[in-house]
Amino acid sequence: MTDQHSQAELVRQSLKARYRKERRFRAYGIIAIAIALAALVTLFADIIGKGYTGFQKTTVTLNVDLDGEIMYLDDATDKRQLKMADFVEPLVLALMKEIPDATEADRDAIKDLINPYASVTLREALEANPGWLGTTRTMTFLTHTDVDVYVKHAGDEGYSIKLNDQQKAWVDELESRGIVDTSFNDVFFSGGDSRDPSKAGILGAVVGSLLTMFVTLALSFPIGVAAAIYLEEFAPQNKFTDFIEVNINNLAAVPSIIFGLLGLAVFINLFGMPRSVPVVGGLVLTLMTLPTIIISSRAAIKSVPPSIREAAEGMGASKMQVVLHHVLPLAMPGMLTGSIIGMAQALGETAPLLLIGMVAFIVDVPNGFFDSATVLPVQVFLWAGSPELAFIERASAAIMVLLAFLISMNALAIWLRKRLERRW
Amino acid sequence: MNTLKKAFATFALAGSVAGVSAPAMARDTISIVGSSTVYPFATVVAERFGTKTDFRTPKLESTGSGGGMKLFCQGIGTQHPDITNASRRMKASEFDLCQKNGVADITEFRIGSDGIVIASSKEAENLELTLEQLFLALGAKVPVNGEWVVNPNKNWSDVDASLPNKPIRVMGPPPTSGTRDSFNELALAAGCDALPEAKGLNEDQHKTICESVREDGAFIEAGENDNLIVQKLIGDTGMYGVFGYSFLEENVDRLQAATLNGMTPTAEAIASDDYPVARSLFFYVKKAHVGVIPGMQDFVSEFTSNAAMGRNGYLKDVGLIVPPRDQLMNLMDKAETMPNLTKEELM
Repeated sequence: MTDQHSQAELVRQSLKARYRKERRFRAYGIIAIAIALAALVTLFADIIGKGYTGFQKTTVTLNVDLDGEIMYLDDATDKRQLKMADFVEPLVLALMKEIPDATEADRDAIKDLINPYASVTLREALEANPGWLGTTRTMTFLTHTDVDVYVKHAGDEGYSIKLNDQQKAWVDELESRGIVDTSFNDVFFSGGDSRDPSKAGILGAVVGSLLTMFVTLALSFPIGVAAAIYLEEFAPQNKFTDFIEVNINNLAAVPSIIFGLLGLAVFINLFGMPRSVPVVGGLVLTLMTLPTIIISSRAAIKSVPPSIREAAEGMGASKMQVVLHHVLPLAMPGMLTGSIIGMAQALGETAPLLLIGMVAFIVDVPNGFFDSATVLPVQVFLWAGSPELAFIERASAAIMVLLAFLISMNALAIWLRKRLERRW
Repeated sequence: MNTLKKAFATFALAGSVAGVSAPAMARDTISIVGSSTVYPFATVVAERFGTKTDFRTPKLESTGSGGGMKLFCQGIGTQHPDITNASRRMKASEFDLCQKNGVADITEFRIGSDGIVIASSKEAENLELTLEQLFLALGAKVPVNGEWVVNPNKNWSDVDASLPNKPIRVMGPPPTSGTRDSFNELALAAGCDALPEAKGLNEDQHKTICESVREDGAFIEAGENDNLIVQKLIGDTGMYGVFGYSFLEENVDRLQAATLNGMTPTAEAIASDDYPVARSLFFYVKKAHVGVIPGMQDFVSEFTSNAAMGRNGYLKDVGLIVPPRDQLMNLMDKAETMPNLTKEELM
């Protein structure tokens, strides 16, 4: 009796300490979550804080006098004449008109406010509308990147302003009159890469990513699902299939750059495929995502209750009918989720693409699977390493676009699972 | 159910089609590889070339000088690059590799110079160094009383009393970078050679001692991203950074550069080789591809034109130290005749 009593006493005495321990244990968990959240918030705040200005462009709106004599052009449909025509002069004259106190000596300083590619815009406009020659048009052009940086980041420690004081005064004045203005950066979404930050866009990289992802999905999903079905439903249980299983699990943990080396050795050096093309990128990423898809597909097949199989077999279905009519539809949501997560992983990958030449400066938007292309994370990598400071905000903006893609892919995975999943 | 099956079949079909169709395609885009130092200049030329002409914009990969040579010398054919950039001259061994793989005719273009600077924030104390002092500050081993010992210098003032009494902290590129190669070779080894103790070293010792950077934390390897070094310098006035001249020019109102052997790194001093840590930049053209890949000749002409590399050329705006007029005229001639590079020139 006394023994029991003292045990209860002991328990009571230790109770407080045990509760304290439990509270501490919970606190650890909360601290861990807080650290993770803080890291996430810092990351997002940093990227958005640096990158939101990347979605703005600075433009200058000018009344351009398209005088044929100034441009050495009397027929805007003549290719030869277009080649030798001067499209910079009308822009400089138009801008000089907006700055009344400017003299001929300020010409170069004024020219430096206009984007070097503005003359290309003017030429293309004239090529498209030859009738404009001889008229005066109100047109909007990009400013020079130095002006862009000044308008957006004057007084910001992280940027250096390369305009001189007079140019600053002009820009301030033009801005107050609305001639220099910031607006939504459509160039960023409609152009390919450029070494001029104002003209650089992500369309080339987005298209490259989509082409690469298409190849990856088209190859890895059918192969992965077929492998998973065979291994789960048909393969005999022996040493050999065990060996394959261990290897697939190992492959899932192999660093991605190894797949790049493999792609270089096999697809480019052995098969003679071209460098930097989405097909090779897709093949390499297929190798990388296959294990993920096989593993998740096998898990999905395993989670189909045996009773379903038994019932189908009981009704006289063949093994193949059991798999195709009953197991596969029920396992599909899990397989799709796994594939989408594998795709999201592949979308953010740069290391294996480095070796097969997709880390490259490519201006033209790719228009096929065998066209040189790059992908979004590579574009971020390239911009982040550029000497021009204005690329920092473009890189952060591109990261936001990439994150938006990843979040929507993961959201799709969750939605598919919610939508198609069956519970027993 | 049926739709699922159909979707599955479509995927499988699309997969097999994409898998088998891998023809060795004709290429209509110039493919350029090579040095990350030349990359910012070559990309600008490529983009201008793309907008100016009807040819497609060349594709550029930044593979480093050595990596570029390897790819370039792999052979003739559209899967191999047409042009490689380098921040140093082609080595004789690389030339042999090219010859072995059938890349017989190569034309070399020396396109200008680049300087390596030691910069700090404008608020920091600027250094006035000799190369000798630089080696004594950053070398892995330095001579003390005739013996080579692990670098004992903690503060700049330990190296020379005229230097600031502040700890030696320098950020620079990692060993994989061409900038680091040049820094070791042009700055440290040159500084080492200026020491009387270096006379007694044989060739192997010279390489290991004179081209090694200390690894005790005074020299911090910052990765290939020079922007990071710049950011760090602005925040930390006790820190000095090693990078290419173009990054100094881009941040000219926030950074200052140390003088080396009394020379301030300016475009003129680097072009004339008065600044001691200056190197030449090159590109190499595979002649067998000229006329096969459209636009090669035109691209080379564009690169060597006055509009690009002249006194007011657009490459000057992005920080290239352009060659003097007479050299530029030579380049233009070369672009027309494309003379072959010989092994004797590289020896």
